[in-house]
Amino acid sequence: MNFVIPDFTPAVPEMVLLALASFILIADTFWSERYKYATYYATQASLVIVGLLILFSFTSETAVTFNESFVRDAFADVLKLFIILVSIGVFLFSKEYLQNHDFYKGEFFTLGLFAILGMFVMVSAYNFITLFVGLEIMSLAMYAMIAMQRDSAKATEAAMKYFVLGALATGLLLYGLSMIYGATGTLTIPEVKAVIEAGKANSTVLAFGVVFIVIGLGFKLGAVPFHMWVPDVYDGAPTAVTLFIAAAPKIAAFAIVYRLLVDGMPGLVVDWQQLLIIMAILSMVIGTVIALAQTNFKRLLAYSGIAHIGFLLLGFIAATPEGYSAAMFYVLVYAITSVAAFGMILALGRKGMEFDQIKDFAGLNKRNPWLAAMMLIIMFSMAGVPPFIGFYAKLVVLEEVIAAGFTWLAIIGVVTAIAGAFYYLRVIKVMYFDAPEQDTPLPASTRELSVGVSVYSLSLLVLGIMPAWLMAVAYNSLLM
Amino acid sequence: MTFEQLIFYILAAIAVISSLMMISVNNPVKAALWLVLAFIATAGVWITAQAEFLGIVLILVYAGAVMVLFLFVVMMLDINLVKLKEGFIRYLPIGVLAALGIFALMYMVLGPNNFGMDVTGEPVRFDANHSNTTMIGLALYTVHVYAFILAAVLLLVGIVAAIALTIRRRPPHEVKYQNIDKQVKTQARDRFEMIKMQPVKEKPVENKKEEDE
Repeated sequence: MNFVIPDFTPAVPEMVLLALASFILIADTFWSERYKYATYYATQASLVIVGLLILFSFTSETAVTFNESFVRDAFADVLKLFIILVSIGVFLFSKEYLQNHDFYKGEFFTLGLFAILGMFVMVSAYNFITLFVGLEIMSLAMYAMIAMQRDSAKATEAAMKYFVLGALATGLLLYGLSMIYGATGTLTIPEVKAVIEAGKANSTVLAFGVVFIVIGLGFKLGAVPFHMWVPDVYDGAPTAVTLFIAAAPKIAAFAIVYRLLVDGMPGLVVDWQQLLIIMAILSMVIGTVIALAQTNFKRLLAYSGIAHIGFLLLGFIAATPEGYSAAMFYVLVYAITSVAAFGMILALGRKGMEFDQIKDFAGLNKRNPWLAAMMLIIMFSMAGVPPFIGFYAKLVVLEEVIAAGFTWLAIIGVVTAIAGAFYYLRVIKVMYFDAPEQDTPLPASTRELSVGVSVYSLSLLVLGIMPAWLMAVAYNSLLM
Repeated sequence: MTFEQLIFYILAAIAVISSLMMISVNNPVKAALWLVLAFIATAGVWITAQAEFLGIVLILVYAGAVMVLFLFVVMMLDINLVKLKEGFIRYLPIGVLAALGIFALMYMVLGPNNFGMDVTGEPVRFDANHSNTTMIGLALYTVHVYAFILAAVLLLVGIVAAIALTIRRRPPHEVKYQNIDKQVKTQARDRFEMIKMQPVKEKPVENKKEEDE
């Protein structure tokens, strides 16, 4: 048997991230007593280092290594950079919250780094095994992060729900993967594609495998009818953790949907397209309708996130390279917007005052006009009002789905988007026209948070005025 | 029927029956023991399929380590059996229906139509000196080395998560902690002190009364 040492260079960012995460894990036990914030700064520094590594070694060529279990292409690099960009914001906003709620612990940051490593593995997976292990690394770290606030019954309940349903979803996904393996006899994604296209695989087994895989992915994305965990987990988890699970994992989930369905099974597009159509319609309609009735801001964002996932799936339904690029653009925009939205809750929250009810925002304009303006940007962007970036995200997805001949789906999308504008505008109305309970000024809990939230919110406006750059990134990474 | 088939059917029957027992017995300890039996029977099936390494690992790791740990946990917890079995009869029909439905689907997809011997062909038979362990080792450390390392990372995350969720450091006024730095730096004079004091004269023994003692 000939063994060739695999080419390690494409995986250097992952290796560096693993090394730094392990180092911080050990170093934290020594640091935490003397320097409280050392772990936090080390975490941010490692993210920056890994980000720069990816940026400087960025190529548009595809490199496959480790016996076809790892792929690095422009798609993977762009998604990884955005995962880093989003996670830096997440950690920046979390620090103060963890401090105020007495569970500032080094493990939050190390588990976060390991979760990011899992996302990287998912984004670069070219083999069912690595894809699955990456997903597990990410999920396991997230279950623990949710339960970390141990004395909160709500957080523990959320963690249990997420764990049980997540384990079920993982089981279904694994079942699907093993069926595809049984039918095609290979675990490598390009080979699966080749066998399916050659028509050598048993179509019944493949169809069932696809159903199981789509159900598993639907759970991970939080698409209806597999969405039951989303509002409870978003609401129950400590807000810092909600911020973490609402942003970057969506990018990673998008990546595995792309790798499995588009890279691996383009031959079965008829099978998965129908499933995704059902999921997309249900997600858009149910997400929007239930969001109308919410009074808790975190639950509102959870249901609006479900509706956003419906829109994201429209890009996959188009089943063209342009459609996938539109979906990628959508998920990047969604991740940035949700960091800004949950960051706002963290910025305005205090010890003993969570600021997660819509009525908490009453009269925010009188108490803190600058952050109220930022919130206005976030809400408009989520609703899809021009000139904010959310508008272009919805626009390109709808454009592609119409180009693919699903005009009726686009009409449902537009109707739900308009209905959805109601609850985003309600938040704005509460902020600007309702009388506040107290008239005292409400500054952000730290200057850092105020600046951070402003940067993320203003980027929605800047990107919205000049959307060409981000669109070019999303289109070029898939079409090249 | 060959001898091999006979062994297979016996082991398979044990595995199926013990799995059914495992989910239907009342006592969690007994359920765990039935599960151990199911594992052993499955390990036997694997060994007859010439995967002796996997069979032995299944017995060592699952039956030996995981189930024993599980038994410890079950015995330490105070589980209310009556509460556990509440609604068992009420949900039984739905459960049986769902199980049968899934079984029918599975049979349709994974049954002999799609994975029978005439479709997949007869499995390769190896010689007596064939080493299953070598084959697995070669594949694990060459082809799947990336996944292997990631599995190690997954275990590490599991350890970190378990410790982060369970360790509770009680405050120093409740529990005395070691201060290792301080202990190492300690010298003899810190521990042993000479004190000057006036000599004390003891009373003679015969004059001593009971309350002095």
